[in-house]
Amino acid sequence: MSRHQLDARRLLCPLPVIRTQDKVAQLRPGDVLEVVCTDPGALNDIPAWCRINGHQVLETRREEGEVIVEIEVGDEP
Amino acid sequence: MSHPQRKAVALVSGGLDSMLAAKVIQEQGVHVEGINFYTGFCVEGHTHAIRRKDQGKEKRNNALWVAEQLGMKLHIVDIVEEYKDVLLNPKHGYGANMNPCLDCKIFMVHKALEWADSHGFDFIITGEVVGQRPMSQRKDTMPVVARESGAMDRLLRPLCAKNLPATLPEREGWVKRDELFDFSGRSRKPQMALAAQFGFTDYATPAGGCCFLTDEAYSRKLVDLWQVRGKRAYELDDIMLLKVGRHLRPRPHFKLIVGREEGENNFLEGYRKQFLHLRPISHPGPLVLIDGAANEDDIRLAARITARYSKGNSAPLVTVQVTDLQGDNRMLEVPPLPPGEIPEAWYL
Repeated sequence: MSRHQLDARRLLCPLPVIRTQDKVAQLRPGDVLEVVCTDPGALNDIPAWCRINGHQVLETRREEGEVIVEIEVGDEP
Repeated sequence: MSHPQRKAVALVSGGLDSMLAAKVIQEQGVHVEGINFYTGFCVEGHTHAIRRKDQGKEKRNNALWVAEQLGMKLHIVDIVEEYKDVLLNPKHGYGANMNPCLDCKIFMVHKALEWADSHGFDFIITGEVVGQRPMSQRKDTMPVVARESGAMDRLLRPLCAKNLPATLPEREGWVKRDELFDFSGRSRKPQMALAAQFGFTDYATPAGGCCFLTDEAYSRKLVDLWQVRGKRAYELDDIMLLKVGRHLRPRPHFKLIVGREEGENNFLEGYRKQFLHLRPISHPGPLVLIDGAANEDDIRLAARITARYSKGNSAPLVTVQVTDLQGDNRMLEVPPLPPGEIPEAWYL
């Protein structure tokens, strides 16, 4: 398992989702990805994308105007 | 002898028709996954994300929401770069505004076909309905989409399939034609009845479509951008900025982008290093970007317009901070430009 970070600041949805999708495609099952966004829509959209694609959301939080979503990559390709 | 489960990729916009089309095919035992294309002109999400007044509203990406309701995967594909050629050189021309709907549909079906072929999917589904849209969804243009996209008879429109020749999935028995539909025209009643039959009560009903290019005011700003630059070209930042703020062109060689509220000002903040920009200091007011080569007189005019849109618009003088591209600041004290001195023609 390895940890990764994705900077999706100043991108508007669905770009944070697209960048997350592309990054996850390069990772292995069990890897953890922290996505940092400024569009609050990401707080709904990234978890929705995870649910339909078999990845687990470990945590979502807001910090100083930023939205942070932590994902564990699932088994499915 | 058992047959492998057939697979279809559904173009999912987030609206009702594509949701129903995917559901109809799922109901026939086909494995369906969704595909959604991001052109940069999608209405979905952006303006809600930017404008403060919309921030209390629930934000959801309708394509993702549809996929979740249907229990299918969704693949969102960034086609911003490739889409430029579709918009700039549409073989079939534009609709009422800068919307190249027929070329857009051909392109998206073609991209879905490429995706289907590289992922082992058998056919493509869209939510198109004969006669629903004046350009891309007519009886005579639907075969054009199938032919020019390369999808040919692997393109199935479940909602109106019975009005069209049988496609490969129907002929091969992968789907039953008699369980498909014969919707036509602009009425939404058949779709709403089918939605009720499936138990869908909550679905997106976008007014005016899902693309900024069908919007007259947006198209006007896009054409202005091209005219001033002397070439038809754009980058993602250009088309994002056209969605935000009041756009005024007081002189042919520069325009102003004026934040209308806090959310837009915050969004424009992200671009301040790329533009000479102004903001009132003595009174609350907007962040204003200058797009173009402004001389000293132009900057003074821009400062007066900035003052006009500040809370000091009835004050005799407003102090406006001007920041150049190097990040150096200076102050101008200016009288706000009276509303009567801002001609309607300046507004884009």
